[in-house]
Amino acid sequence: MRLRVNGREMEVDAPPMTRLLDVLRIHCELPGTKEGCGEGECGACTVLLDGEPVCACLVPAAHAESAEVTTIEGLGGEHPLQRAFAEHGAAQCGICTPGMIMAALALPPSPTLDDVRVALAGNICRCTGYHAIYRAILRA
Amino acid sequence: MPVVGTNVPRKDAAEKVTGSAKYVDDLAFPGMLHARTIRSTIARGRIRDVRLPFDRAGYTVVDYRDIPGRNAVALIEDDQPLLVEREIRHVAEPIVLLAHQDRDALLRARVEIECEPLEAIFDPQQSVQVLKDLRIVKGDVDAALARTDVIVEGEYRTGHQEQLYIEPNGVIAVPENGGITVYGSLQCPFYVHKALRIALGFPADRIRVVQTETGGGFGGKEEYPSVIAAHAALLALKSKRPVKLVYDRLEDMLATTKRHPSIVRHRTGVTRDGDLVAMDIDVLMDGGAYVTLSPVVLSRGAIHAAGPYRCDHVRIAARAVATNTPPNGAFRGFGAPQTQFALEVHMERIAETLGMDPARFRELNALRPGDTTATGQRVEADCSALQVLEQAAQRSDFHAKRERYAGTNRGIGLALFFHGAGFTGSGEVTLASRAALATSERGVRILVGSAEIGQGTRTMHAQIVADSLGIPYDDVETALPDTSSVPDSGPTVASRTCMVVGGILQRCAEELRARIGDLHPAEHFRRHGPTVVTKQYEPPHGIRWDDDTYRGDAYATYAWACDVAEVEMDPDTYEIRPIHFTAVQDIGKAIHPTLVAGQIEGGTAQGIGYALLEEVVMRDGAMANAQMTNYLVPTTLDTPTMDVVIVETPSHHGPFGAKGVGEMPIDGPAPAIVNAIRHLGLDIRQIPATPERIAEAACVSV
Amino acid sequence: MRTAAASLDLVRPRSVDDALRSIADDPSLAPIAGCTDVFVGLNAGTFAGTRFLDLWPLEELREIGIRNGAISIGALATHTAIQESPAVVSRVPILAAACREIGGAQIQNRGTLGGNVANGSPAGDTLPVLAVAEAVVVLRSATQERRIPFTSFFTGYRQTVRRPDELIVAFELPPLDQVQWFRKVGTRAAQAISKVVMAVVGGERPRVAVGSVAPTVIRCTRTEAALAGGATFDEASRIVESEVQPIDDLRSTADYRRRVCGNLLRRFGTETQR
Ligand SMILES: Cc1cc2nc3c(=O)[nH]c(=O)nc-3n(C[C@H](O)[C@H](O)[C@H](O)COP(=O)(O)OP(=O)(O)OC[C@H]3O[C@@H](n4cnc5c(N)ncnc54)[C@H](O)[C@@H]3O)c2cc1C
Ligand code: FES
Ligand code: FES
Repeated sequence: MRLRVNGREMEVDAPPMTRLLDVLRIHCELPGTKEGCGEGECGACTVLLDGEPVCACLVPAAHAESAEVTTIEGLGGEHPLQRAFAEHGAAQCGICTPGMIMAALALPPSPTLDDVRVALAGNICRCTGYHAIYRAILRA
Repeated sequence: MPVVGTNVPRKDAAEKVTGSAKYVDDLAFPGMLHARTIRSTIARGRIRDVRLPFDRAGYTVVDYRDIPGRNAVALIEDDQPLLVEREIRHVAEPIVLLAHQDRDALLRARVEIECEPLEAIFDPQQSVQVLKDLRIVKGDVDAALARTDVIVEGEYRTGHQEQLYIEPNGVIAVPENGGITVYGSLQCPFYVHKALRIALGFPADRIRVVQTETGGGFGGKEEYPSVIAAHAALLALKSKRPVKLVYDRLEDMLATTKRHPSIVRHRTGVTRDGDLVAMDIDVLMDGGAYVTLSPVVLSRGAIHAAGPYRCDHVRIAARAVATNTPPNGAFRGFGAPQTQFALEVHMERIAETLGMDPARFRELNALRPGDTTATGQRVEADCSALQVLEQAAQRSDFHAKRERYAGTNRGIGLALFFHGAGFTGSGEVTLASRAALATSERGVRILVGSAEIGQGTRTMHAQIVADSLGIPYDDVETALPDTSSVPDSGPTVASRTCMVVGGILQRCAEELRARIGDLHPAEHFRRHGPTVVTKQYEPPHGIRWDDDTYRGDAYATYAWACDVAEVEMDPDTYEIRPIHFTAVQDIGKAIHPTLVAGQIEGGTAQGIGYALLEEVVMRDGAMANAQMTNYLVPTTLDTPTMDVVIVETPSHHGPFGAKGVGEMPIDGPAPAIVNAIRHLGLDIRQIPATPERIAEAACVSV
Repeated sequence: MRTAAASLDLVRPRSVDDALRSIADDPSLAPIAGCTDVFVGLNAGTFAGTRFLDLWPLEELREIGIRNGAISIGALATHTAIQESPAVVSRVPILAAACREIGGAQIQNRGTLGGNVANGSPAGDTLPVLAVAEAVVVLRSATQERRIPFTSFFTGYRQTVRRPDELIVAFELPPLDQVQWFRKVGTRAAQAISKVVMAVVGGERPRVAVGSVAPTVIRCTRTEAALAGGATFDEASRIVESEVQPIDDLRSTADYRRRVCGNLLRRFGTETQR
C-alpha cells in the first residue's frame, strides 16, 4: 500500500489491519512514535492523520492509505514546540514526548492553560506532573 | 562561569524532543528473534505437565533445564527461580520461554500447562512466612505509655501501586564474542550483570550490560530487568541469535513488581499540651511470593515510620511477609510513603483529639538540629523541619483557609515528612560505589554506572564535574552506561545518584584538577593522552550504624518537606478533586532547579494518584485491572496547580550541599490529601481514597 | 496477547450499497468504523472476529443534518464532528457534552456515534443521551431499512436487535424543547470509563436514562412516572436508586452507583429548579 508520511510517498507491504503504529515504526523505520499501552490510553503513539491527532495504535493501516501522516520525525527538530520542550524540562524520560508534541500541534495559536490541559488529556506523562509541559507549550 | 544552580540545557533534550532517542524497542539487530514468556495462571500449585502442541520448527524453546548456571534471580536471597521447575508461587510466574523470528508466529504458538492447584494465601495478615522482621527501640515505650493520659490509636492501610513508567520493560540479548551483551531499559546495569553471571555461570568479562534510553523507571526497573535480561539471554544463547523481549502493557502490569501494600498500627501517648511521649508502631508489608527487595523496603519504611518528630520513647516493630502474589518491589520512596502516610494521618487525628491546630501540633514536635530520630541519630544543622512547615503554612495561607473552608466542600490539609538520602545504614559502605573521570578530546568524560531514567542524571553529573573542574558544561561528556567500560557506581535508586555518586565525581574532579594542573583537560589529553581518575565511596566521618540493633545513623542526612493539599469534594459523586498543592521541599542544593522542580512536580502527581486514583484490584492473586483503562493514573485534568518551593539548607555530605531529591516528593501528597479530606469531616484511613470509600465514610462521619 | 494482523482480512467497499452487498453475502463480516473499540480488542486478543468490513471511507455516513424537523446524525460522525456541529450544539447540547467527555482528543477524532452504540457497552457515554432524546436507530441491509426506537435497540448485555447483515447508518433525534441535563461520573477527570452516566430531559414527560448500572443503558420508567405525577426530587431519587440494578465490578461498587444515581437526580432537580 501507499501512504504519505511527513510529506514523502512511501510504499509499504503490510496487511490492511496492521496497526499504523507498526507500519510507521517497523515498515517506515520511523521509531520516533512510541508505544506505551496499545490500548489508546497513553497517547505516546499520537501522530497526525490528515492534521488531526490520533492514536496510531488504534488505526488500521488501511485508514492511512491516501491520508497524510505526520510523525515527530516530520517536524525537523527546530520546531518551536520542540525547542520549548527542551528548554523547559518538559521531556524527562522522553517516552511521552513525541506524542505530547504531536497532540500539542493541534492547539490553536496562543492557547490558554485550559486549552492545553484539555488537548493533552489523552496523553499520560508519568514523569513531569505535566507542569513543565504546560510551561513549554504556553511559551513556545 | 559556574553552572551548578543554573538551568543549563539537558544533555538528552535534543534527542528526546526529536524522537531520535533510542529506546530498547527502537533497536533491531540482524537476524533478531522476538520472544514471549509463558506464565502460570494460578497463584499456587505444582506443574504436572508442559505440552507444546505445535510444530517447533523455527521456534526456540527454553525452560529451567536450559539454565547453565543457577536457576535464581540473584538479589538479596536466591529464592526466586528464573523459570519455574515445579512449584508455582504466584500468578504470572515465568515457566517457558519462546522465541521466533516472526512476531505473529510467536503469538500463534499454544503452550499447555497442566497444574495441580494448591491453596494460596493472599492476606498478609494470614501469612506465617516472614521474609524479614526488625525492631527499632528507643527508650521505654511501655513504661511511658503507662503514665501518659492521652493515648491515640489507629490503623492505616495502603494498597499496591503500579509504577506505570510509560515505556514497558524490555531488553535485547545479543550473543557476542563467546559471551552475551544485553541492551535494556533498566536502572541498575550492575544488578543485571550480577544476575546474568549467576544464571549463566559465565565469568564477569563475558557479560556486558548496556542501558538504553529508559522511558521511566521509578523503581520498577530496579530489580525486574534482571529477570527479563536472563530470559532473553537464555533464548539468545540457545538460538545463537539476538533476541528481543519487550513486554506489552498488560504483561508488564500483571507480572512485574509494585509498591508493597501496608498495614500500619499506631499507639501514641501525648500530653494534653501536645508533646509526644511515646510512639508504638507496628508495620506489616506484603512482600509477595519471593524475598526480592522486601527486607530493604521494610527497613526504609520502618526507619521513616516515626517521621520527622522528636520522641524519647519509640518502638517500631516491622515485618514483611510472603503471599502468593507477584513479588512487590522497589517504587520511588521504598517503604517510606507507606509509613509516613500512616504517621501523618495519625498525627492529624492526635491533633484533632487534643483540639489542637494541626500545624501547631507538628511544630511542637518536629525535629530540631541536635534532636534524635527513632534510631537515635542526632540530626545536624541542616534539619529544617520547622522551617519547611512554617513556610508551607505561610505560602498556602493554611490557617486562613482552614477557617474559610470549614463547613464548605473544600478542605485543606498538610503533611510534614523527611527522606533519608542514599542507602540505609551501612548500605553505602557495603556497596563501595566507584565513579571515574577520563580526559577526552572534548574535555572530560564521566564514567558512571548510574542510569539516566528521566531524572536528569547526565545533566546534573556534568554540572557537578564542570564546576568542580572549572571547565565549561559543554566540555563534559557522559559515557554510555555499559558495564564493560564504566565502574560500578551502585544502583540508580534511593535518591543517591546526586548525593553519593555526584559526591564521588566531585572528588574525582578535584583529584583530576590536582593532576593536570591549570590545563584544560582537553589540552592535557592532547599533550599527554588519556588520564583516568577513579574514586570509591568514602563513608563520612563520624557515621555509625549497627545493623543488629537498628541503632545509629540510618542515613548520612535527610531532606525535609511539607506539603499542603487543597481539595474539593463533589457532594453528589464523592469525588475528591485536588485544586491546589503547595510543596516546600528542602533538598540541600538544587544543582539544576528545573530538574528539581520536575522531580517534585512529577513525584507529587504520582503521590496524588496514590492518594486518590491508583488501585490495583487483586483477584485470586492476579491484578484484575491490568490495563491503563482500568488502572487510572492522573491525567492533565487531575493534576492541580502546584506551588513548588525549593529550600536549600546545605548538607556537608553532598556535593555543593545537595541531598536526595528523587523520592521525597512522593511521601507527602497522600497524607496531605487525606488530611484535607479529614478537614471535610471524613474519616479516611486507607488509600486510595476512592469515591466509593469516601461515600462509605460520608455515611458514618459528618 | 495481541491478535496477529496478518490473520485479519479487510473488505473495503466503495459505497454504502457496496458495503451492504458485502455484508449480505458474508454476515460474519464485522464492520469497522473508527476502530477505537475494535483495535483495543484486537490488541488485547479479545476480539473474536477475523474478517472486517471497512466503513471508514464511506463519506455519506458522516453527514449531520436536519431532516423533517429531526436531526439526523450519520453513524460515522465522530465525537469531534458532533461537538462541532451547530445543529447538535443548539438542539441537543447534552449529546455534544457526552461526546466531549469521551476519551481524549485522539479518541474523539476517530470514535464514532455508530461505533459507540454498536459496541453496546453499558458504559457508552452517548447512550443515555440517545435514550432520553428518544432517538431512532436507522438500520439498513441490502434489502430493507428499519427504524428502531433507541429504547428497544438493546436486548441484553452487548446484545442488540441488529441483524448480522445490517449496518447502523444513522440516528434521528426528534426536536427537544425541554430542559436537558447530562452528567458523567468516572472518577478520573478525563479519559475514564463511566461508573455512572445519566441523562435527563425535563418537562411534562420527564425522561431519565442511566448507563453503567445494568447490563444495558436503561430508561428509568418508574422514576419518570413518579416525576410526571408530581413527585419531589427527593422521592424520585429514592425511586431511581431502587430502579437501577448495578453490580460490583472492577471499577466500582453497586452501593456507590446506586447512591450516586439518587444524588445526580437530586442535582438535576436543584440545577434546573423545578
Ligand atoms: C482510550 C479510549 C477511551 C475511550 N473512552 C470512552 C468514553 O469515555 N466513553 C465512551 O462511551 N467510550 C469510550 N471509548 C470507546 C470508544 O471510543 C467509543 O465506543 C467509540 O464511539 C467507538 O466508535 P468507533 O467508530 O471507534 O467503533 P469501532 O471500534 O470501529 O467499532 C465498535 C463496534 O461497533 C461496530 N460498528 C461500528 N460501526 C458500526 C455501524 N455503523 N454499524 C454496525 N456496527 C458498527 C463494530 O463492528 C464494533 O463491534 C474509549 C476508547 C478508548 C480506546
Ligand atoms: S500506545 Fe497508543 S495510546 Fe498508548
Ligand atoms: S517524560 Fe517520562 S512519561 Fe513523560
